[in-house]
Amino acid sequence: MDTFVQQLINGLTIGSIYALIALGYTMVYGILRLINFAHGDIYMVGAYAGFILATSLGFAENPSIFGFGVTLAGAMIIAAAIGMAIERFAYRPVRKFSKMTTLITAIGMSLLIEYLFVFIFSGTPKSFPQLLTNTNITLFGNATISTSQILIFVVSMLLMVFLQWIIYKTKIGKAMRAVSFNINSAKLMGINTDFVISFTFALGSALAAAGGVLTAQYNPKIDPLMGIMTGLKAFVAAVLGGIGNIPGAVLGGLLIGAAETLVVGYGDYVGIPSTYRDAVAFAILILVLLIRPAGLLGSNVQEKV
Amino acid sequence: MTWIKSIIVGVVIIAILWVMNAAMSSAGFFGIGIDDYQSRLVVFIAINIILATSLNLINGFTGQFSIGHAGFMAVGAYSSAYFTVTYGKAIEASLGALGETVASSIVLLIAILIGAVVAAIMGLIVGIPSLRLKGDYLAIVTLGFAEIIRIVILNIDAVGGATGYQVPGYANFLWIGIFAVITVVVIHNIVKSDTGRALISIREDELAAEAMGVNTTRFKVTSFVIGSAFAGVSGVLFAHYNKFLSTNDFQFIKSFEIIIMIVIGGMGSMTGAILGAIIVTILPEVLRQLPDVQLGSTIIRFADLRLVIFALILILTMILRPQGILGTAEIGGFFKRFRRADKPTGGLK
Repeated sequence: MDTFVQQLINGLTIGSIYALIALGYTMVYGILRLINFAHGDIYMVGAYAGFILATSLGFAENPSIFGFGVTLAGAMIIAAAIGMAIERFAYRPVRKFSKMTTLITAIGMSLLIEYLFVFIFSGTPKSFPQLLTNTNITLFGNATISTSQILIFVVSMLLMVFLQWIIYKTKIGKAMRAVSFNINSAKLMGINTDFVISFTFALGSALAAAGGVLTAQYNPKIDPLMGIMTGLKAFVAAVLGGIGNIPGAVLGGLLIGAAETLVVGYGDYVGIPSTYRDAVAFAILILVLLIRPAGLLGSNVQEKV
Repeated sequence: MTWIKSIIVGVVIIAILWVMNAAMSSAGFFGIGIDDYQSRLVVFIAINIILATSLNLINGFTGQFSIGHAGFMAVGAYSSAYFTVTYGKAIEASLGALGETVASSIVLLIAILIGAVVAAIMGLIVGIPSLRLKGDYLAIVTLGFAEIIRIVILNIDAVGGATGYQVPGYANFLWIGIFAVITVVVIHNIVKSDTGRALISIREDELAAEAMGVNTTRFKVTSFVIGSAFAGVSGVLFAHYNKFLSTNDFQFIKSFEIIIMIVIGGMGSMTGAILGAIIVTILPEVLRQLPDVQLGSTIIRFADLRLVIFALILILTMILRPQGILGTAEIGGFFKRFRRADKPTGGLK
């Protein structure tokens, strides 16, 4: 029982990171029908931006809430700017073209970011400084939760609530919903769709960067290719929840995080070796899509003739 | 007398491939030869042509969005490698009377058959449930299956697991070239046949095709299975040329690479896929030759930036020529019969 609680805590920690990244995928997909494969790399960019900020501003030596806050906010702003630049210079010119073209552009962007970072920072992992003192809190039984895990959970929940507020309570959020409903009608209604799309990329990238900095507090090794698998799983989480659906992305992220750690913890009892951990996300995805082709919370769109 | 023409063309092609193969050997072809590095590139071009044309059947002609081609390549590679490692020597010994070349060729052909069949079966298993999905959902499911295949193989100790798998080197350029040509011819003929018309009709408008009596599910699965089988063949050839298999060779980035080939060349164009395969194989190697540039006291090694430049070229190609280099057009009159006048446009949006 203790280990179950422990695994669940670890799973929800990873899951909330996946959820943060999945939100970016799902928002961009909801608006542009584009699988933004470079989004996982923005998560990596966020972690590196945080790394540079934390080391250059000297937060690494004396951990404080202030230092962590500045690093987090700075990384989010940098990533938002990069996300907007990517949209402006790579995705906007190909937006009107076929799906394959936009997909290849996104893959190209992903390769570009990865190898640029390999070139600049070399492929060897860097160690992210601990920005807050990390202590383990023993829960009932022997399960422990570290402060960095609580931090990840709390910060990501706050960000998700904030996102929900933006989307449902603000004017720009209303515009985002309008654009995702029908981009051409939105344009006719006087919405500056280019701005809304830019804003969506900024928002999604900032959330991914937050995910990057938070992960680095929990697992301090960062490298330029760290975004590939995490990004892919976050995307799977977005599809699992029903792509384009924001609560779905959160649900998908938490589910995949929990499933993954449970396989690592208990898989051996049911004949699934823990080395299958990376396959679990995909297996769940395939099963869900075969039963509910639009994802868990997605609504099925009937094809019109 | 078309069959006489076919035989002549076939003999000529085999002769050309034989000469190229001879040029790759250490002795060279009458002293004219290319070095190992260049021969390796030519071999990988041929393997990539098989991959690109077979994926083009699924993505370019049938209009299905598969991004898990490397998974089927892995299935073909590992299943056939398991066969040659386990039984190859024994079969060769029992065929010893036919001479070494013939015996090893027979082993390779059996391996190719095994790889193709196992990959086709895997294509069927993946295709039947997946092809109910459309567009991006299909894409992510094929990607997911490919990753699952890779991770499962990674966990099978009989084929080396994480340490990699040593495979006997039965394949030389002659065989790889012959199978590249066979792939191109077979897929060209499929596209030209009734089946091909049905596939293209599915690409143009699936609902309309269904209304016209095309059994869309059957044709989609057919194209998926054929594509997977050829991906399996390429895997067999890769395994027995490279002599070493690691699941890292079949990560989803490999699937993306194949997609890049067909999109750069032009989706739904046979010659485009071939051109794309050549470009994507050669370009990173060409960029390796870039010179160092000295800026003040720092030296920028452009060769280290080759993948960055490759990605930039990719993005720029998509922005400047979104339909790929050839679009759906073909190079040369040989393919003229199914050249299309203009790009298809979608239905009312």
